[in-house]
Amino acid sequence: MQDKPIIELRDVIKRFGSVQALNGINATIREGEFFSLLGPSGCGKTTLLRMIAGFEDPTDGAIVIDGKSMQGIPANRRPTNMVFQSYAIFPHLSVAENVAYGLKKKKLSKAEIAAEVDKALSMVDLAGYGRRAAHELSGGQRQRVALARALVMRPKVVLLDEPLSALDKKLREQMQVELRQLQQSIGITFILVTHDQEEALIMSDRIAVMFEGNIAQIDTPEGLYRRPVSKRVASFIGVMNFLDATATGQDGTGLSLDIPALGKVTVPPSHVPEGMAAASVQSIGVRPEMLTILFDGKDKAESETTGKVTGTSYYGDMTYYTVALNGVGAPVTVSMRNTAGRSVLPVGSPVRVGWGAESIVLFE
Amino acid sequence: MRPGHNSKRFSWLTIYAVGYMLFLYAPVILLPLFAFNSSTIIAFPLSGFTTEWFTVLLNNAALGESVENSLIVAVSTAILSTLLGACAARASARYRFPGQRGMIAFIMLPLVLPEIIVAVALLVLLMQLGLSLSLWTVIGGHTLICVPYSIAILSSAFHGLDRSLEEASFDLGETSWGTFKRVTFPLVLPGVISSLLICFTISLDEFIIAFFLTGTDATLPVYIWSQLRFPTKLPSIMALGTILLALSVILLILAEWFRQRSAKRQGVEASAAGGFL
Ligand SMILES: Nc1ncnc2c1ncn2[C@@H]1O[C@H](COP(=O)(O)OP(=O)(O)OP(=O)(O)O)[C@@H](O)[C@H]1O
Ligand SMILES: [Mg+2]
Repeated sequence: MQDKPIIELRDVIKRFGSVQALNGINATIREGEFFSLLGPSGCGKTTLLRMIAGFEDPTDGAIVIDGKSMQGIPANRRPTNMVFQSYAIFPHLSVAENVAYGLKKKKLSKAEIAAEVDKALSMVDLAGYGRRAAHELSGGQRQRVALARALVMRPKVVLLDEPLSALDKKLREQMQVELRQLQQSIGITFILVTHDQEEALIMSDRIAVMFEGNIAQIDTPEGLYRRPVSKRVASFIGVMNFLDATATGQDGTGLSLDIPALGKVTVPPSHVPEGMAAASVQSIGVRPEMLTILFDGKDKAESETTGKVTGTSYYGDMTYYTVALNGVGAPVTVSMRNTAGRSVLPVGSPVRVGWGAESIVLFE
Repeated sequence: MRPGHNSKRFSWLTIYAVGYMLFLYAPVILLPLFAFNSSTIIAFPLSGFTTEWFTVLLNNAALGESVENSLIVAVSTAILSTLLGACAARASARYRFPGQRGMIAFIMLPLVLPEIIVAVALLVLLMQLGLSLSLWTVIGGHTLICVPYSIAILSSAFHGLDRSLEEASFDLGETSWGTFKRVTFPLVLPGVISSLLICFTISLDEFIIAFFLTGTDATLPVYIWSQLRFPTKLPSIMALGTILLALSVILLILAEWFRQRSAKRQGVEASAAGGFL
């Protein structure tokens, strides 16, 4: 992946009458990257995508694609192509005619068009389906036709609005992997809109998390998961336990905290977000898998605390325990892998819980 | 449930249904019956089979003229109503604007207004405006009553049209006009044909408005009415009625076939998309 920007969003604002859908979006999307817009329903993901595609005009701000301002350039002259949520396969045309639809404008010979269509169809694993009618396709196949129809145009950017939401779970998981592989092999920039955090984590190079018309954080999947900038982002991506904490000091060795539920700890400087003042720390977060139940008396952890099991959920490969720590605050969730010879602890069992300073996320 | 009870109820229902059908269609069946009857008097018993009355029709110049007038009126009405109906249906399916529901309700009103009132009102209006009566005034009146039908048919076609299809076309580099030509029009075409056929049929056998608004050029129903005064002409009128009946039925069936095909193309259940038959 190069670092050349392909799309720049500068203070993009969108109002529908009195509804403020986007309040000043700033983002740079790089060439060849798989970029996701992730957020709850109504946060403005679709609106942003449609503005990049050219179906809506920003109320204010600029959208730059490949170095050119898109002001006043309609959708049919933008180097982007869209895969619609409903796929929007033309029902009166065959698969091949659907894929060839946009090529008509490109002044290619009949043979060239046929070759391009064949290539695009085999790219999405639909070689030989060209003569099928649109209504003879399954949901997954329609999705692939929509993708082939966009890819055949050789766009600079492919825009996808929740393309997998209409598929059942199994097919969706398969398509997530396929879509990611396809994107990597052809190297075109993909922008995906989704409200499924797992989907975004699996597929993306980078993710923009949006709430109510604002981008809360842009980061890699790992960065988002490990270093969420706010409690809201943290609880949107995966599960996070929040615990009260007070800072007791800050020096070269790190930021010292007193966490009633866990104990005292010094968080190393590399884990303190830039510009965060010790006094502003209100609480900390720790992921369920970063806490360990020490089953055996010989098990050791960097630090440990005690607690009591108040509930269990068995998932087969994992068990999620809720544990009241030190008798302080709300119980936390601890996930443990179910290894051989270890059975689920009954509710009420006293447990030792291990944890480490590096797994602590600070929140203001 | 006991089978005896079931079949008894069934038989009563059958009798009722048959009786109702007779009441509805017996007069219509009389038409072809007497059209092929060799007697000049319209009465039972039938006296013999003949196609003479149909030949009489062929050699009637006044009739030919009225058929020509009716065709001009019906074709113009069908095209005008469908054009206007398409614009209204498209607007109501695509845009939201203030007063929309009221406006559509007003356009649909002639559907339930007594035709004689429409006819009288139009006549008074034309007189006031000082316009002379001609085929054009009939076309205007017919368009007024046909537009609601056209809107009803085309609304189902336009509502069934997924907006993202047009956006997809635009996104793939096509212009607005190209999108209309390559996506919108092909998808609503069956609805358009269905609307043309229905409006044509309605106009073809509409009498009251034609009677009030026609000048010297009579349309077919007006001509038929004028001939009813001459008893000797009755059998050939019966023959003419038979032809009109057959034509209307065929046109209506065709129209419904096109409408259902349009719904199927768009993947909508035909009965859910609304319709007349
Ligand atoms: N055409 C429109 N007219 C008025 N308001 C609109 C319009 N389109 C979107 N909105 C509003 O803008 C906000 C953002 O909508 P948008 O469709 O972008 O959300 P989204 O993040 O895609 O949500 P979802 O996950 O439900 O698709 C919503 O409050 C919505 O009601
Ligand atoms: Mg959306």
